[in-house]
Amino acid sequence: MKLTKTLLATTALTVAAGAVAAQEMTIVSWGGAYSKSQKLAYHDPYSEKTGVTIINDDSSAEAVAKLRAMNEAGNITWDVVDVVAADAIRLCDEGLAMEIDADTQLAPAPDGTPASEDFGDLLVSDCFIPQIVYSTTFGYRTDMVGDTPPTDVCAVFDTETYPGKRSLEKRPINNMEWALICDGVAFEDVYDVLATEEGQNQALAKLDTIKGDVIWWNAGADTPQLLADGEVVMGSTYNGRLFSVIEEQKQPVAMLWDAQVFDLDGWIIPTGLSEERTQRALDYIYFATDTQRLADQAKYISYGPARASSAPLVGQHADLGIDMAPHMPTDPENAKRTFLYNYEFWADYRDDIDAKFQAWLAQ
Amino acid sequence: MSDAAQSGPMLAADGTPLKQSLARSLRNQKMRALMLIAPLLIFVLISFIVPIASMLFRSVENNIVADTLPLTVEALQDWDADSGELPDEPVFTAFVTDMVAAIEAKEHTRLGTRLNYEQTGMSSLFRKSGRKMKKLDPVADAPFKDKLIEIDKDWGELQTWRTIKTHSVTITNGYFLNAVDMRRTPEGIQSQPEDKQILVKLFVRTLIMSLIITGSCILLGYPIAWILANLPMRTANVLMILVLLPFWTSLLVRTSAWKVMLQQQGVINDVLVWLGMVADENRLVMINNQFGTIVAMTHILLPFMILPMYSVMQTIPPSYLRAAKSLGATNWTAFWRVYFPQSVPGIGAGSILVFILAIGYYITPEIVGGTKGVFISNRIAYHISSSLNWGLAAALGTILLAAVLILYWAYDKIVGIDNVKLG
Repeated sequence: MKLTKTLLATTALTVAAGAVAAQEMTIVSWGGAYSKSQKLAYHDPYSEKTGVTIINDDSSAEAVAKLRAMNEAGNITWDVVDVVAADAIRLCDEGLAMEIDADTQLAPAPDGTPASEDFGDLLVSDCFIPQIVYSTTFGYRTDMVGDTPPTDVCAVFDTETYPGKRSLEKRPINNMEWALICDGVAFEDVYDVLATEEGQNQALAKLDTIKGDVIWWNAGADTPQLLADGEVVMGSTYNGRLFSVIEEQKQPVAMLWDAQVFDLDGWIIPTGLSEERTQRALDYIYFATDTQRLADQAKYISYGPARASSAPLVGQHADLGIDMAPHMPTDPENAKRTFLYNYEFWADYRDDIDAKFQAWLAQ
Repeated sequence: MSDAAQSGPMLAADGTPLKQSLARSLRNQKMRALMLIAPLLIFVLISFIVPIASMLFRSVENNIVADTLPLTVEALQDWDADSGELPDEPVFTAFVTDMVAAIEAKEHTRLGTRLNYEQTGMSSLFRKSGRKMKKLDPVADAPFKDKLIEIDKDWGELQTWRTIKTHSVTITNGYFLNAVDMRRTPEGIQSQPEDKQILVKLFVRTLIMSLIITGSCILLGYPIAWILANLPMRTANVLMILVLLPFWTSLLVRTSAWKVMLQQQGVINDVLVWLGMVADENRLVMINNQFGTIVAMTHILLPFMILPMYSVMQTIPPSYLRAAKSLGATNWTAFWRVYFPQSVPGIGAGSILVFILAIGYYITPEIVGGTKGVFISNRIAYHISSSLNWGLAAALGTILLAAVLILYWAYDKIVGIDNVKLG
């Protein structure tokens, strides 16, 4: 009897706590400098405007797995989630993310251009509101490459001219493409070649030539650290990380924009939220993805805003006072030779190629 | 008083037979004891046992195909997969009916993902076809065979239908087969191709490296525990704090610190170069390999070895060693014949703790293991959070759990679990 009463009391308390916490939102992102840029550009002004408290959760790396688990348990605790485009497509397909109509539910550009045109081709899924264009590219130590700094991506495979270790991500995505490009495959043929058994072996054989010189990374912070320590002569990572190593921490590092791989990152809203929470999430999204906010984020981190109308508004870095435009992956000077990541291909081939890649690593 | 009482069963005060009454009061006692631990028991059941059991069940559960394509699975029963002929129109009709419902419920891409584990290309086949099949009407638009092949030529491939049929069972051994580098194919059970075999290798590596880590913990921990047990209480307590200090630092920090120590531009290499023991261009490679994993994990797991050893050694009276020496034993004999046997339970307890913790470690190997020092748990983590192949992750986890239980049982048989003392 007593136990029942206690149980009832705690349940009542929990419900009450839920009611009190109604003015809270949990926003999931990647953590680090990226979350900080979102806090400064979006969360703080939004909290000021509406009085909603925003709780940050850094679980974006496991977002799909966790959303699936939450969905099975029937208890969604996240309101807005920041994911890469490939994950957004997957969540949208499985009905775990809400479909959003860009023209009615997102802010138009200041000149009245509807959002769908402003975002253009970047709306790769009906559930996905892109925030940034980022790229995975190479940084190198300026003091370890002699008088001939590398200009193209294949320097990674040239251990004679550039001796020393390299860092590459511990997964096949991007590495297989670069290996084929440096083995003489044209940009537009890369995925056709990679879809064949021979092509996969060709890519692994090319990677095999530098296998002894590679340190494999898992976390975005690894390569900047390895470059700063002088452990590696060059390594792949996200362009924003390299910006902070070069410009903020003044390390002797430079960037290689050649064959940078473009990808997108943005918001989704999980399905299965209560009406009230859904409305709040939509309200936040409307606010946080308008032209000015997206341009504001570029003050804190060097990722290109996903709206065409934001580009002219990109100003200077908040602390350093340098122009941010030349540091964007989308800047014409940097985007001379870019490689487009193929979501469809990796959705199909990831299981298969990943098993091969891991087996090759373990040899 | 009465004769009946003498010749019949013995009675309790209330007239029931004594035996019955005793049994009842014992039962009551047991119930009361159970009631006392009930809150904890229920908590453990609900929050620990049930979720683990349901996760383990995923390793054989495969309802997704039959749930998403119920009519198709039934229609495929009559199709002979080895006939070399495509299934007939009824199968295609059933398939379209199923798919239209699945697309409505947004379940078709998840099925595509599931079948993609078995055959590359299924994922996009279901996604792309889904977009085009949305508009089909299962009744008005028949026949479907040619229409589907027009939508995607893969629907005209035998292999597609054979894969669906092979994996339409609701309880499958497929995940367990995958977990030991085999696969379930329409032709029966086969080995994975050579260039995809990795999991067995990882299991073996995990076991061997965990044993090495346990061994190095014993070697390093034994002298420390011995010193702690034989020093005066006051000094021992101060040193004990040093042993426990690492628990106050995050695991991630301790692991990353080893990176700073061991890497080629790290502290140890710099010192060696400065001393002239290593040439600048031949700096030692001590991290991102098995050595790095063993060093970092030994460091992290050492306290778990020292604590049980110390508490067992504390109970060994120092007078025994003195007695042995006074009877003419050398230092070594006294230690080996008198002291060591009494400290074995501590070694046993520490080893079990360290080994079982080591076998499931994944953050440390992930950070310092490179390619040669990663464990099976890293693959489990990958399949749980990245590839979302939860069935395979559950199968790998089940095998790991079974391996631990078997080793525990073997330990019990050889050493005896009763000899394990934590103090």
